[in-house]
Amino acid sequence: MEFRLHLGSGVPPYLQLVQQVEHALRLGTLAPGDQLPKVRDVVAKLAINPNTVSKAYRELELKGLAVGRPGQGTFIEATLDPVSLPELTKLRRSLTSWMATAEAAGLDDHAMTALITSVQHDFRERRGSEGVA
Amino acid sequence: MNVIETHCLSKSYGSTRALVDCTLAIPDGHIVALVGPNGAGKSTLLNLTVGLAMPSAGEVTVLGGCPAGSLPALDRIAFVAQDTPLFKNLSAADLLHMTRNLNLRFDQGYAERRLGELGIPLGHKAGKMSGGQQAQLALTLALARRPQLLLLDEPMAMLDPLARHDFMATVMMAVADDGVSVVLSSHVLAELERVADYLVLVSRGTVQVAGEVDDLLATHRVLTGPTAGVERYLGRWNVVHASPAAPLAHMLVRGDASSCPVPPGCKAHSLTLEELVLAYLREPSAGALPGPARSARRDAKERVR
Repeated sequence: MEFRLHLGSGVPPYLQLVQQVEHALRLGTLAPGDQLPKVRDVVAKLAINPNTVSKAYRELELKGLAVGRPGQGTFIEATLDPVSLPELTKLRRSLTSWMATAEAAGLDDHAMTALITSVQHDFRERRGSEGVA
Repeated sequence: MNVIETHCLSKSYGSTRALVDCTLAIPDGHIVALVGPNGAGKSTLLNLTVGLAMPSAGEVTVLGGCPAGSLPALDRIAFVAQDTPLFKNLSAADLLHMTRNLNLRFDQGYAERRLGELGIPLGHKAGKMSGGQQAQLALTLALARRPQLLLLDEPMAMLDPLARHDFMATVMMAVADDGVSVVLSSHVLAELERVADYLVLVSRGTVQVAGEVDDLLATHRVLTGPTAGVERYLGRWNVVHASPAAPLAHMLVRGDASSCPVPPGCKAHSLTLEELVLAYLREPSAGALPGPARSARRDAKERVR
């Protein structure tokens, strides 16, 4: 597993590492028992703060996805349910038909992205406030 | 332990006030980005911390209370000044020899191993090396002293992107291996954004913002909404910067969801470190100094006890 870092994406570096591990788990390229790169190696490769890597690994441990073994490193403990293929196809198809409707209504690519981002934001916000209440 | 602590620190050069009443406390274990515009006082602060300059007023201590410039302080601090100065006529081997003899501690094995990994021949004269190699050599000399606090003044200004990456990787390895606390100054925040977990923003000779990056980002939000909806809050909240342009106004507030709930019709966005720094630079009268104030108070209490 090799980490990459996108600066200027607005996503904090530690979260990018967490998401890349989760992504690899969903795609099946990482499986329980696999060792995550040693903190020192990630630091040397990406020239980032060691605390960032430790924080990402701690987060993965808190989520129950990884476990740290003293003196050995951090290992994958559990896997994430990959989205099943039929489910994915269905979602894809409904999104495609939505896009056709949007195009017919005169939206270009940028307008669609703006709309999706805005709705996604509202959706998260609502879910967040429901969670608090 | 605070790696750097200043109380009402001021420094004037003739009639120029480079640093004015600067009070600051930086806890250990951090990689600190010391940022600010050119001429803000970053180098002055570093020079005072190392003991290369004497304060006009106030005091500065390092590594848990050692006066800046005292022997115990000098022994545990390493400083790489702007433009990584080296004796250009000396070879790398001679520079290692000299540094070893001028210091109480010097890890010759580390220095030679590091230069080997970097492909810098010991026999080459410093003046004949590339900018990147000179920077790496200066950094290696600093790290071989096994410091607890490493201060780097605009370390990457002269380096190309690859050399920057390698330079930063060397610093980060030292943090990973030895837990060195690091202060990096730069007028380009982007250089430091991927490494820094603590921010000190200096502007016009004073410290304007200081704190852990995560805390700063968690306590600042941008609210966007109709101008009328946003303007009502200008006087009530801790507003760092507002641009009340119709029809949508943006307002950067300091406060979390409980102290500044999102007004109806508005949206809240988190922001990047760069946006935060720019907003404060635009508003020199605004400040965010949770760290130093808290820490200074605590230290005062400890002293009383």
